[in-house]
Formats: sequence, structure tokens, C-alpha cells
Amino acid sequence: MTTEKTVEKVKTKSKNPVPNRDRIKMPRQHMPEQLPVLRAKQFTEVNLGYPEELARQEAIRCLECAKPTCVNDCPVGVKVKDFVQLIVEGKYMEAAAKIREDNVLPAITGRVCPQEDHCEAGCLLKKKGESLGIGYLERFVADYEQQHFDLSTIVKAPPTGKKVAIVGSGPSGLTAAGDLVTKGHAVHVFEALHEIGGVLVYGIPEFRLPKRIIRQQVDYMRAMGVVFETDVVVGRTVTIDELLEEEGYDAVFIGTGAGAPQFMGIPGEHLNGVYSANEFLTRINLMHAYEFPKYDEPLLDFRGKNVAVIGGGNTALDAIRSALRLGAGKAYVLYRRSETEMPARIEEVKHAKEEGIEFQVLAAPVEFLSDDKGWLTGARCIKMELGEPDASGRRRPVPIKGSEYVVPLAVAIMAIGTSANPIIQSTTPGLKTNKWGYIQASETTQRTSRKGVFAGGDIVTGAATVILAMGAGRRAAKGIDEYLTTGQWEEQPV
Amino acid sequence: MFKIIHAQFIAPGIKRFVIEAPRIARKQQPGQFVILRICEQGERIPLTIEKSDPEHGTVNIVVQSIGKTTHLLNSLEAGDSILDIVGPLGKPSEIASYGTVVAIGGGVGTAMAYPTAAAMKRAGNKVISIIGGRNKDLVILEDEMKEVSDTVFVTTDDGSYADKGLVTDKLRQLIENGTRIDLVLAVGPIPMMRAVADMTRKENIRTFVSLNPIMIDGTGMCGGCRVLVEGKSEFACVDGPEFDAHRVDFAVLVQRNAMYRDAEKRSMDEYRQQVEAKKPEAKQAPTEVVTAGCALEAK
Repeated sequence: MTTEKTVEKVKTKSKNPVPNRDRIKMPRQHMPEQLPVLRAKQFTEVNLGYPEELARQEAIRCLECAKPTCVNDCPVGVKVKDFVQLIVEGKYMEAAAKIREDNVLPAITGRVCPQEDHCEAGCLLKKKGESLGIGYLERFVADYEQQHFDLSTIVKAPPTGKKVAIVGSGPSGLTAAGDLVTKGHAVHVFEALHEIGGVLVYGIPEFRLPKRIIRQQVDYMRAMGVVFETDVVVGRTVTIDELLEEEGYDAVFIGTGAGAPQFMGIPGEHLNGVYSANEFLTRINLMHAYEFPKYDEPLLDFRGKNVAVIGGGNTALDAIRSALRLGAGKAYVLYRRSETEMPARIEEVKHAKEEGIEFQVLAAPVEFLSDDKGWLTGARCIKMELGEPDASGRRRPVPIKGSEYVVPLAVAIMAIGTSANPIIQSTTPGLKTNKWGYIQASETTQRTSRKGVFAGGDIVTGAATVILAMGAGRRAAKGIDEYLTTGQWEEQPV
Repeated sequence: MFKIIHAQFIAPGIKRFVIEAPRIARKQQPGQFVILRICEQGERIPLTIEKSDPEHGTVNIVVQSIGKTTHLLNSLEAGDSILDIVGPLGKPSEIASYGTVVAIGGGVGTAMAYPTAAAMKRAGNKVISIIGGRNKDLVILEDEMKEVSDTVFVTTDDGSYADKGLVTDKLRQLIENGTRIDLVLAVGPIPMMRAVADMTRKENIRTFVSLNPIMIDGTGMCGGCRVLVEGKSEFACVDGPEFDAHRVDFAVLVQRNAMYRDAEKRSMDEYRQQVEAKKPEAKQAPTEVVTAGCALEAK
């Protein structure tokens, strides 16, 4: 029979002991997690990672499609099918090396990438049940590599003699740096803050992405030859033109992110107790304020207090789950649309609910209220209903007249989005931006209007995800490498 | 790491540091500041740049001991290092030929007024400086201000030196005497800046103040340093630190600066205890005291 034959063929090729028709019946292996009651009180990581046995079990489910959508749907093109097969064979280090061909930050993407929107979205297994746990497998391989890989065995590429400056050490910058250093270019990464990682460090909390993971990935890149310099605000400490003309860089990549926090412009946002999500998360993640007084950076006392986050993205959930861990009595998500439109990852919403976060959807604050000393006491909110779809394709929230109500609050965290930080654009003559202040860059090579200058990630697209920024970093690295190799600069407007 | 080349108290509790920071030295302009972090557990605080020496790659900062971090910083000496210094941050002062500029420095604020006064002088302005302190010892940079000003007035709250009174008393005198003033720059404690703003508003004299709200990153990323300017939030780290004094809501500035008073007090109290615990036996037994936050260096 033909089907039998096909299975035979696959078996010999893939060493997968289970026939395809049985693989479909295997359930997806669940990610072991800390119990909600425990994790809601501490900042240690929620997901514990697959042990080897679970990883093998899960990898075996892969149907080894002839035309795997997982690879195409990955913004950096990780060869998912190949690395999963290497797990099946127990060749974990080879699996790690396979991922690294396309992704220099596997331990990070394995934790925070929205796989459901990319590699896992088109997985054939989904037709009969749940998709392959690709993110979980990536994380397993990356963590295994971390424990077993000897950094001193890294062989550096022969130097090309070209120098590239990377501005910003977030996901796009790190990815571009990693790809360029493997080509033999001298790569120097400038970071404004005192720690490498950008939003990975100041934005994403310890319970989702431990700092040690980022440090390990950065150490790996150091071993590859990437040089990092902290405490440099490009645009202030040194300009793009100075990097090109005085410091001898042959190309510059700008990956500074969309770091400027937005506020709603409603009364009372200046009150004590109103934070931007960026500030709140920076205090906790970068500055360790949750470990005060062991660390000096302070934070308001959250114990027993009512806290709300305004917004429904991953940042909003990171913020409110952090507030809960600081001891908040009540922790709310106030989101103006319904849960269906919420941009946060499904897993994060699930985790937040398990931990006891209360979701007040179709509601938005119209004013913050205070005592006579300027401290926040509550938010006057209005209920919403959904109208026609807006420019984003999501149904527009419309306020319901007369539906106002007051939520007593000691802390409100604004997580309604970010905008472009203008420092580099305003200090780099000839660098074209769009009407929102984001840098204009080619979608294929990420080149900008300035010769030798490339840009990618949130500073080009506006706030997006880690993996999309990494995709831009990859394209930029390819574009930069071509430019450095050929010397050709396409003068077409971007 | 940023090495301290020179460190000296210039008044009780006020220390001047000369620090190796070549990138910052090359770019610094009057009105700008740095953010520093002393050690791994330290907080990030903004501090005035008094001046810089691009040739030797150094910047000067002047620090007054107020909370834990500034006390700890002022315990450092030449040869010690500071873990992180980033800058120069903020918009530079708007230097132009205005005519007559009055530069007002209250206490340690004089260190921020000084570079702008100097630049104003170089730009062809007549510079009248008014510097003040609570008492004689707390008047700083008098000689430096004299070098860059046409006239310098000094006031002390207690009359222990020069004219008894506040810097605003002197400003009022100038105004009442009919002195022509085209621009005022005031840097110092918030009540002082607010008093200057109130006085010059009536006279319609353009006035800048340099604000020092609580900051973290200093690049416009966190929004913690937002100040209310004519009802609109602006970020002191990127839109300032200098603002039109007549548009600033000083009450909100005071309110926001009080946000972490409890935590700041706790840090300071614990730091004092550590210092006390170290004092008597320090020479005989250099055992490590269990410290919170940035540890005291074992000297």
C-alpha cells in the first residue's frame, strides 16, 4: 500500500519511531509551570521548560511535512523541521547549531516569541488537535546548549576588515550583530543603558525571561567577537555622522526601538501613583526595585493596594503581573475593547487569569482622581461597546453614555503603546522619517535614506514583537554585508 | 568604569569630582547633565555637569550630599571608579545674544548656572550673576562666577557673608533699580526657582529654570521625569532640563519629587547605620559589614 510505503520512507530518513498516523493522535506535551499560587508571589520564571523526555515525546509528533509552513512562517527562517528531527535523534547540540544558523537568540525566542502567530500557526497537527510545541522545543534545545556548550570552542570568521556600528542592543541589534560577526565584520554594539539587551532587559520581566538567559546569550555573542559598549546614547554621546566619519565605521545599523511612552492625555496623569509601563517595568526589571532595599532604586509600596494597568498588550500583562508579585491586593486589566481584540499572547492572558488578575474589558479611564496631596485615589472609567472596524481592522470601542463608574486605585500603569524616540532622527541630517517620526527603511535591505545607514525593528515599524525585530535585524545584516562586499549603494528613495 | 581623577570638597557636604569620561567631555554643552550609577545595586541619578575638558577627556560634576546615593558618592576619592556615567543628556541651554542676562544660582545649583553663564558671556551678553547659600560656607563657585560675569552678587540666608537675604531679594533690587534685564536663568531649590518665576512673570522678563525631577534612563524612554508645562506633560530629560519658568507647574514638580520620600528615608537611615557600624573598628577589623544596596567601599 502506498501509505505504508510513504511511512517506511519517512522512517528510514527521519529515524522517528512512530508512524505518521499515530503521531497525529499524540497529545501536545504541556509546558511544566510553577503553580499559580506560588508564582503570583515571586518573580522566578513561570515556565519551567521541558525535561529531555517530554522534549523527545513532543518532537516525535512532528509530521515532517514536505513543504513545512513553520519554516516559511518564521520571521528569521529557523529550519524548524530539521532541528526538531535532530531532537528526535537525541542530537541536541546539533539541533542547537541548526537553530543558530538562523537565530542567534534561541533561548530568548524560545520564551517570548508568539509562536502561535508564526511557526505554529500553519502546523498541520493543528488540523487534528494542537500544533507542535515548536517554541517549547526551541527553548529546550537552547537551554541544553547553554548547559553543555563550551564558548571557547567558537571559531571566529576570518576578518573582512570592515567595521559596523550597531545602535541599540535590543532584539534587532543583537540579531544584526550576530549575523554580521559570523561574516567576519568587526561589530561594535552601542547601548544607552547600563545593561545589554534593550527591551529584553528593561521591558520583559524576570518571570517570563530571566536576566541570566539574556546575559548568557550576550556572552555567547561576545565569544563570537561582538564588542559591546554601554552608557552611550547615540545622538547625544556620539552622533551617527561621527561614527561614520570620525570613528571609521563602514556602516551603521539603527535598532533603537520605539521607546517613548504614550499617555492618554486625560486629567490626572501627572499624579503620584500613575506610571508609564516603561517606567514601572524599568524600575523592576533593569533596576531591581522589587529587591529594594538590597537594590537602591525605589518603588511605591504595592502591598494590599488596588492596581490597574490600562491596555491589553503583552506589556500591559507584564506590568500587572509584576504588580501582583509586588503584593497588590487587587490587580486589574482595564482594556477598552473586548478580550477577542486583545493583542496580548494567549498564554499570557491564561497565565494572568490563573494568577488572579481581574479583566475589566470594554472599559477605559477618562480621568484620574486624587487626594489633596496629589496622590492617586482612583480612576473614573467609562464603559465601551464595539462599533465598526477601525484602521487596524479591529472593532472600534465606542463610549456608552452615562456608563461612568469609579475604580478605587492607588496605582495606575499606562500601557497604551509607545512612539518613536526622536534623539537619533533629530541629530542625523538627511535621515528620512515618516509622519509619526519612525525611520524610513527599505523592506528588503533595511537601508535608509542615508548612505551606509540601515535601520530596523520598532524604530522603523512602530511597536511590534521581538521576533519581527529580529527578522529586520537579519535582513539588515544581509543588506549591510552586501553593501560592504560590493560597495554598491542603491540610490533609489526608500 | 569611569575613573575619578580628582575629588575635593568645595563646601561642607558639596564635593567636586573630575572624572575620566572622554566621550562625554567631547560633547558636553552648557545646560546638560549626566546620569550615573555608582555600583551594581545602585540607583541611577541625574547630576549637573559643571564643565568639561575635552583635551584631557574629563568632566566635572558637583555633588551635594542629600540622600544615600549622594552621600555614598561623596565618600569616594580620587582613584575610585564609578560604574556607569551616561551623557551628556538633555537639551543644551539656548545660548544667544540676548543683551543682559541674569544668572541665578542657589546652593549647588550654581554649578549648573555656571557653564551657561560662561557661554552667555562668550556670546556677548552682559552677565549679572546672583549666587546664594544658606551661610558663608555654602556659597560655591564665587571665583568661577566672577571670571565669567560682569557683576556678581552674593547673598546668604543668615548674613554670615556678603548680603543677608535671598537671591530673589537681590533680583528684586535689580528690577526696582530699573536695571535692564533681557533674560533670567535660575537654577537651585524649587522654592527659589518658583519665587524667581513669580517675580519675573510680573515684569515680563523671559526666564529659564533648570529642573531636576526624578529620572531613570534619561533618554525619554520611561517618562518618570515628566513635568507639567502649561497643563501638558513634558519630559525633563529630553524636552528639558531647561524650561520656560512661567509655564512650569512647580506644585506638581514638588509633589512628584516627594513620591519616594519614605523609601529614600529608609535608604538613608540604613546607610547612616552602616557608616556608624564601620566607624570605630574600621581600622582594626576591616570585616565586611552586610550592606544594603551599594556597599561602602572598604577603605
